[in-house]
This record gives sequence, structure tokens and C-alpha cells, in this order.
Amino acid sequence: MDNLDQIVSEAQSAFAAISDPDALEQVKARFLGKSGQITELLKGLGKLPPEEKKTAGAAINVAKTAVEAALNERREAIRKAALEARLAEEALDVTLPGRAEARGGLHPVTRTLERIEALFRSIGFEVADGPEIEEDFFNFTAMNTPEDHPARSMHDTFYLQNPDGSVADKVLLRTHTSPIQARYMKAHVERYGQLEKMPEIRIIAPGRVYRVDSDATHSPMFNQVEGLWVGEGVSFADLKGVIADFLKSFFETDDLVVRFRPSFFPFTEPSAEIDVAFMSGVLKGRWLEIAGCGMVHPDVLRIAGIDPEKYTGFAFGFGQDRLTMLRYGVNDLRLFFEGDLRFLRQFA
Amino acid sequence: MKFSESWLRTLVDTKLSSEELSHLLTMAGLEVEGLEPVAPQFNDVVVAQVLEVVKHPDADRLNVCKVDTGRGEPTTIVCGAPNVAVGLRVPCALPGAKLPGDIVIKIAKVRGIESSGMLCSAKELGIAEEASGLLILPADAPVGQSIREYLDLDDNQFELKLTPNRADCLSLTGVAREVAAIAGAQAKLVEVPEVAATIADQRAVVLHAPDACPLYFGRVVKGVNAKAPTPEWMKRRLERSGIRSISALVDVTNYVMLELGQPLHAFDNTKLEGAVHARMAKPEEKLLLLNEQTIAIDGDILVISDDAKALAMAGIMGGEESGITLETSELFLESAFFAPKAIAGRARRYGFGSDASHRFERGVDFGGARRAIERATQLIIDICGGAAGPVTEAKAAMPARNPVRLRTARACAVIGMAFSPEQIAGLFNGLGLPFVREGDDFLVTPPTWRFDIEIEEDLIEEIARLHGYDNIPAPAPRGNMKMMVQPEAQRPAARVRQLLVDRGYQEVVNFAFVEEAWEADFAGKTAEADLIRLANPIASQMAVMRSTLFGGLIANLVTNLKRKQNRVRLFETGRTFERDAAATPVPGFAQTWKLSGLAYGGALPEGWGSAARKVDFFDMKGDLEALLAPAQLRFEKLVHPALHPGRAARVILDGREIGCLGEVHPEWVQKYDLPLAPVVFELDFDAVKSAQVPAYTEVSKFPPVIRDLAIVVDQNLSLQTLLDGLKGQDFDLIQDVQLFDVYVGKGVPENKKSLAFRIVMQDTQRTLQDSEVDAAMRQLVFCFEQAFGAQLRA
Repeated sequence: MDNLDQIVSEAQSAFAAISDPDALEQVKARFLGKSGQITELLKGLGKLPPEEKKTAGAAINVAKTAVEAALNERREAIRKAALEARLAEEALDVTLPGRAEARGGLHPVTRTLERIEALFRSIGFEVADGPEIEEDFFNFTAMNTPEDHPARSMHDTFYLQNPDGSVADKVLLRTHTSPIQARYMKAHVERYGQLEKMPEIRIIAPGRVYRVDSDATHSPMFNQVEGLWVGEGVSFADLKGVIADFLKSFFETDDLVVRFRPSFFPFTEPSAEIDVAFMSGVLKGRWLEIAGCGMVHPDVLRIAGIDPEKYTGFAFGFGQDRLTMLRYGVNDLRLFFEGDLRFLRQFA
Repeated sequence: MKFSESWLRTLVDTKLSSEELSHLLTMAGLEVEGLEPVAPQFNDVVVAQVLEVVKHPDADRLNVCKVDTGRGEPTTIVCGAPNVAVGLRVPCALPGAKLPGDIVIKIAKVRGIESSGMLCSAKELGIAEEASGLLILPADAPVGQSIREYLDLDDNQFELKLTPNRADCLSLTGVAREVAAIAGAQAKLVEVPEVAATIADQRAVVLHAPDACPLYFGRVVKGVNAKAPTPEWMKRRLERSGIRSISALVDVTNYVMLELGQPLHAFDNTKLEGAVHARMAKPEEKLLLLNEQTIAIDGDILVISDDAKALAMAGIMGGEESGITLETSELFLESAFFAPKAIAGRARRYGFGSDASHRFERGVDFGGARRAIERATQLIIDICGGAAGPVTEAKAAMPARNPVRLRTARACAVIGMAFSPEQIAGLFNGLGLPFVREGDDFLVTPPTWRFDIEIEEDLIEEIARLHGYDNIPAPAPRGNMKMMVQPEAQRPAARVRQLLVDRGYQEVVNFAFVEEAWEADFAGKTAEADLIRLANPIASQMAVMRSTLFGGLIANLVTNLKRKQNRVRLFETGRTFERDAAATPVPGFAQTWKLSGLAYGGALPEGWGSAARKVDFFDMKGDLEALLAPAQLRFEKLVHPALHPGRAARVILDGREIGCLGEVHPEWVQKYDLPLAPVVFELDFDAVKSAQVPAYTEVSKFPPVIRDLAIVVDQNLSLQTLLDGLKGQDFDLIQDVQLFDVYVGKGVPENKKSLAFRIVMQDTQRTLQDSEVDAAMRQLVFCFEQAFGAQLRA
């Protein structure tokens, strides 16, 4: 039976020498094929005497199993090797950049606007809008600033020309977002004025405003956010509460101080300027003016058709650009309006 | 309003430091904009007298001086100043003195001679920018006195940014009164005794416009020396108030204005004829003003005239001809009250302003006009000599001072905290507001210097201000809870912006006023009647309101190309403006929100992974379709001034035109120096925000049948025309017709194109039979053949 052991070891080494699957099948034929060595031995069994046949048969089957095992093992090894080779071949440089479209970004002032809107919505303020070419009446008169009022010299107003070259006397580019207050209140009264008790007005009104002014800290067009809350029993203390809450939420810090300083606007009384000072960072300790506010002047309510004895309210106007600058550390207002992608992409 | 702190402190007694005073003023509504020392720090500089000047033996330009510093023996000082001379009194820095710029004075040898100090110029003391020699002091300057004390240099200049309602604080007296109220201090206002007349000369005064000028005091002063020097203390106070010393007479009028708040005017009495009149300007009246401007005076302007001619724009500016000069010896002094309404806005109309108009248009204390003329008279006589005539007074009805009612409960409600009537009474008393109590109500009579107390809120503001805004609580807001509706059929603007951002567009914000050329090029607006011009633009390239956002985007592109940004995707949302008589809410002006975008350069960011391709019409069309999806847009050929006529489309949503899309016209590509043509779009922003609330339709459980179909049609037949041709036909089974190939070239006749469609057919109720599908396809082909001469492609 030495012969059998020899066949097995011969098969094992023959298989091991082969790495191509087709060649392996051919070599398999040498041992297990129709006229392969093992097959031939099995065929030869018939010629043996019956008493030998059993032991010889068993021995040949052991050898056959061994050859088949060697074959399967090799087949698996070759398959794995082929897979490995394919995987290696298919490997990518995963550090190459992705193929997707670049992402754009929001303008920093819009970013701020969306945050402001979200904060005020969360305490029930709706967003209102109004025209930018505004009637003199809403911009000034309804805001308690009659013709020749000295407060008008606080605004340097852009006026429009008629096609014949004369100056249009009833319209202008709005100098603040406050006329939206007047328009909103008027519409509110038209809608609810007949009710015993009008629903509260709680709005913010963001928008572009215009003044004849242009230098490093002034742009002839800039962004403001107006706010208005009118209802029964709305007080100056409430104004302070809302503003303090807003500023701490907007800057996401308690590490700032808000100060209300008496001021004057024709459309509010008492009036205040709001200063904020951060307790850390580059602006630490400096008072920064960021808004004007006050209790809505009774004449403004009256012009809108609201009884100031029954309802009171407060209004505020934030410099949206200023808030944006403080939030993101931008130091030049003009950058907002230059459209330079290298600047704008920083806010994507 | 600028003033010297030491001057203020002569009028109000307070122990507060400068910083405390500054904070207090700011928090009371008189915002301190500036607080600067009038001189930098230095010490040990005294008034000295030069006793002897001898040339330095070893230096041409130096002198050896003997100087009396008031400290015993004369001191030897080597001095290089050209103006040093015996007898002069000058500042002398003693050994040990530290001067501005870290200069320390020591005893030292100068070219072999020991010098024990330094004689100083104004520049060396840091009180002037330039100096040509020693600061020469008056001959009566006390030798040995500290120069800081002598020149009152331990003083600060305050600058207040006053709001228009607080005209009462446009004087030292007003500020002192305010400080007294907020600091609980005592005001020590100037005492002004009446100056008795020593001559009889006077002029009659006639008030022709008593509403505009209800009060006028006039007085003749004769024999004045207009060349007399202004005293140093007065000069100093004026300078620290930002007013240059001009001549004694002018200085006195300015000084009294600063001190008491009453603007005064001095006429040369010899130039006046007859009586003085306060009247409205006559038609075509002209006046040469002190600023050398000749103006035609409008009819609503109050003038001061004599019997013959206009002399001054009352309360605004005097006339050149009747003005005082250094030769003037006879004055007619004016101290009057001009009503704010009669002055407001007039100076601005002529493009100038004055300290007087600034005060009169805000309101001047009419209770103080007499005091002011007496004070000025006394100062003039003291400084310039002369003799005064009696004061002429012309008076009509003064502004009403109606009592204003304050209800304690109302004040508490508006401010949002409790005040007792006693607290309120205390605050009013501090401010000098006279009142009468009626229970918890106060009837307050506004003093003559306050023009901002007319209604209850004015008093509430005073209470809040004096109590201190800082001391008002800031509770968490309380309101009625009410849900806010966000209509589902409307997408928030933020959502639309985000979609564009996600597709690679960067948002920009541009000015709403643009170059006129942009309106012509990108909107075709050239007629004057179409443009909306600003009457007062700040620059010619910002002169016209935009009717399209294209110009700004193209300008942004140019900016970025200069900065080597070669792939640009931009969008902007903003209002655009067009004349429209029927527009609301502002008649005459349609102000539509638009959304506009621009794409330029590579279709994708340059990279290793995709073939480079320039962005084109269909890239942007895909962006718009995605932006509006699931709504279906229609596109139709369009001729638009901004766009390439063969590559422009109007965008239609639900049958309504909502904007346009296209490649920028080659003419503008060349004019604006663009290497490639950008693709742009502009849509009505409200339309883009509209959306549909979804409604369910049944989903088929049966498999679809898909057939492909290629037809050959005329090359200029648009796909939309073809698809529109299917409308009105009965194609129940056909769910979708997708174009998947357009082919022109070999195998397709000239001027023809091959279109390949994938046809999807399905029924919700059953599986389709082959025969039905074949019939539907035949019908479709028949329809294409009949309507468009299409041929089935082999």
C-alpha cells in the first residue's frame, strides 16, 4: 500500500504547485479522472480476491478522500487568492476628493436674520414685511415725526425723482423699519378693531433701510429688525425682559451685560438706547450700541386707531448688520455688500 | 455740546469724580460722547519771569538766562527759544519735572554751562500742536504759581450727544440743573443783576409776527472798544466748548449763549435806521449773510429788519452789512425768543446751520431772555467799556405752558413697577418741575426751559429716567399663548434659500440703487418714465432703483473674477422696483420680491473625478426644476434684453409667467468683459414660495409596461410643442413619456432630429394586455405623424 501513500503525496504536491483553477482541474484528472490513478486502482479492485478486496477498497477510499480534500483545499486557496488579487486591484485612494457639487452658503446677515426670526417666533412673534419705497406718511408722520420736526434731521433721507425731474414729495426710501409698525397696526385695527378686546400684536419686521450716509461704519443701505408688542398691560419692564432674553439667547451667553440708556425717538416714550458689553473676548468691557427702543408713543397708537388708554406696547429696532458683526467678529460693514466669495464662504 | 468740566463745577456743587459724573449724565439720557483732559499729565512747571538774557559763549543759538521761579535765588537756565527776552513771563519746568512724552528735566550742563530747568513752549506742555517759541504768559501771571493752576489745566472737556428733545441742556446752566437733579446736588446758577441805563438811547421794537417772535429785548450800548482783548478765562472756556475766540464782542455773545442757553445777536447800531422789526420776509427779499452767502429769503422765514431793510435771518444768522467789526463802537444787542416752529428746518433748507438755529429750533428758555441781555451788557461793559441804554421790551402772547396731568397708577403701569406718589413728588422736585397734587395725580406746569413736556408720557419718561432705567426690573415676558399658523401651501423663504445653497449657490446682498446703464442693459429701461431715479443719490452709480437683480449679480461676478474665483454661483433675494400707478401698498411703485441667480464657469467644481464642462442653460434649468419640484414648470422661448435670444426662456408655473432663465446676451458678455457667458435666472419670489398641499392618488398594484419609441421630426420643432400635441387625446394608459435621447447626424436626414422616448403604460386595476399596449403605441405614433409629420425611426 506504499503505492497509495505515494499517490496521495504526489497529488498533494501536484495540487500545491498549481495556482490556476483550470490547470488544477486538469491535474485533478490525473488522479480522479476517468483514467486517473485512483480511478484505475478502484477499477482494479474487481480483479482482487474477495478477502483482499475489502481491505484494499477501504485503503483506496481513504486515499481518494485524502486526494479530494487536498483538491478542495487547493481550490479554496486559489479562489481566495484570486479574490485577494481582485480586491487589491480594486482598491481606491480613498483620500481623493469626493465628486459632489460644491455647497453654497447663506449671506451672514441672512444667517443672523434666520436666527433672530427663530428666537422671536419661539415667544410668539410673527414676521411682518413692508415696502421699501415708503410713503412719507408712514415713515415719518405716522411715526409722530411731522414735517420740520428736528428729529427729521437725524435721518438723511433718500428722496425719489418724478419722471419730469421734480422731487416726489410723498414718497421716499424708508429710513427705518418702523413704518412697518404703522402699517401692521393699521391692518390689525381694520381686522379686529370692532372686537371688545383686540388680539395682541407681536411682530418682528426685518428689512433693508436707506440713509444718505457712507463711510467705514455706515452704508447707504443697511438692515434693521423692528419689533413691536402691543397689548393690555405691556410695560417698559416687559421690554427690558424681552430684550435681555433675546440678547443672551442670540449671543448664546450669559456673559454679557445689557444697559438701557434714556434716549429720544419721536415714536416712543419713554425711549432708550440699548448698549451691550461682553465680559470676555476682544470687545471685553466696551459698551456697544445695538438698538433703539421704547414704549410706543401714544400718538403713534392713536394714528393707527388704537386706544392708548386701553393698550400699551413697546417697539425696538436692532441694527441687524451690527448684530451680525458682533456675532461673527466682522469688523467692516462694507464687506457685507461687496459680494466677495472669499468673505461670504466663511459663513456657509 | 462741548464744555469744560471746571466751568460746570462752578455752577453745581458735586463731589462726584469726572467718571462718575460722566456715567450719571449718560444714564440720565445726556450721552457723554467724549471725556478728555484738556492737557496731558505733567508736573513741576511754574510761572517764571526772565530776569536776564546773555548769549551763550559757545553756542550761537543758545542764551543763558537768569529766571525768577518764585523760589528764592534766580535760577540759571540755558534756553534755545528765539523769543526769549527780559521781562517775559513764561512757563518754566523745574528740575524733577516730568513733561509729556516722558521728558524728565534734570540739572545738566549745556555746552559747559549748568542749566537748572527748561523754559517751555505750549507744544512742550502738550497744550498745542505747534509752537514757534516760548508760551508767553500775561504780564500779571503770578510768578511761582503752578502753570496747571494758572491755566486751569486740570480740567476735562466733556462732549454730550444731546437728543433733540433736550435743548434745555444746550447750556452750562441747563447741564448744571440736570446734574443737580440726578446727583441730588445744589445748583449755583450765575447771579445776574440788572445793568442800569446810563444813556437814554434806545430803539423801538415792533413784533409783526407775534407767533414766530413773541418776545424781543433790545438795548443800545455806546462807546465800546471792540478791539479790547477777550479775558483769558473767557477764551479758555470758549475754546474748551469748541468755539474759537474771535473778538471780545462776539466772544461775549457766544459766552452768554453757552452759559445761559440764550443765543444773542449784536448789530452795529450805526448801520440801523429807525425801529427794529421782527417780521416775515417780503417777496424777493435778499440778504447778504455773515457767511458771505447772498440768499433770497423765502416767505416763511422770519427776519429782523429796520425801517429800510432786512438785517438778519432771525435766530439763524445775521447779515454782513449790519454785523459788528473791530471798528464798531455802538451796538444794538438782541435777546429774543423765536418759536421753534418758525425756525425749524429753515437753515437746513439753505444748506447751513448755526449754534443759534440749532437752539431756537429745539426751544430756548424764554424765561431767561432778559437775564441774558443783562448778563451780556455787563460783560461787554466790563471788557470793552461803554454805556448802556435802557432795555426795550416787546412782548406778545408767550407759548402756552399748559399743566400736564400725571396719574401715578398710569406711570406704574407703563413703567412696569410700583412708585408711590411721594417718590414721584421727590423726583419732580429734584428736576424743578412745579406741580399741584390732586390725590394721586400730579398737575405739572412745564418750566420755561422745557419744550418736551406736553403729555403724560413725557412725565412718565422723566420718572423712569430719574429713577434710573437700570433700576427697573426685567421680568421674563408674559403674553397670551396662541399658535402661529405656517400655511402648508407656502414654503418659508428660508427653505427656498436653503435649496439653492444646497445646489451650490452663494447668497449675496446688493444695493437696491444701481447704475442707470444696468437698467438699460438688463431690463431694457431707457425711457425716463420707466426709471425710478433718486433725487439725492450719493453717487452716480447708485442713482436708479433696480427693477432686476441681474446688474448686481453681474457686478459681483466681475468682482470675483478679478479675485481669481473662476467658478461662481450666486443668488440674491430682494425687492425690485417699477413704476406702476395701480401698485399697492404704495401707489405708483410696484415693489416685487424677486429671487435671482447666476452661474458661471465649470458645471462642476474642477476636479480629478469628472470631465470639465462649462455650465449651460440646461444645468440651470435643472436647478430651477429642482427648486420648484414637485410642481412642473413650463419653459417657452423668450426675447429679453439681458439674454441671448436663442437661449432664453420664460418660466411658467400653473399657466402664469413667474420669471425667466437664459444665457446672458453676448453683447453684455463683451461689454462687461466676461470671458464666458453666465447663465442667469430671475423669478417672482412669492411664486417660488408657493407649494401644493399633497393629495393622495391610488398607487397601481400592477406592473408597468415600458416601450421605447424613436421618431424623426423637423429640427426646429420644440419638444414642448410635440408634447402639447398629445393633450386632448385619449391616452388613458400612458402614464409618462420620457425623452431619453436627442440625436442629429448620420442616419437622420438633414434638418431633422431623432427623438427617443420611453413610454410608461399602466392601469391601476389590471395587468395590461399586449394588444392594448400595441394599440396605444400605434395611436401615439399616428398622432405624432398626423400633427408633426413625424416618422418612426427604423
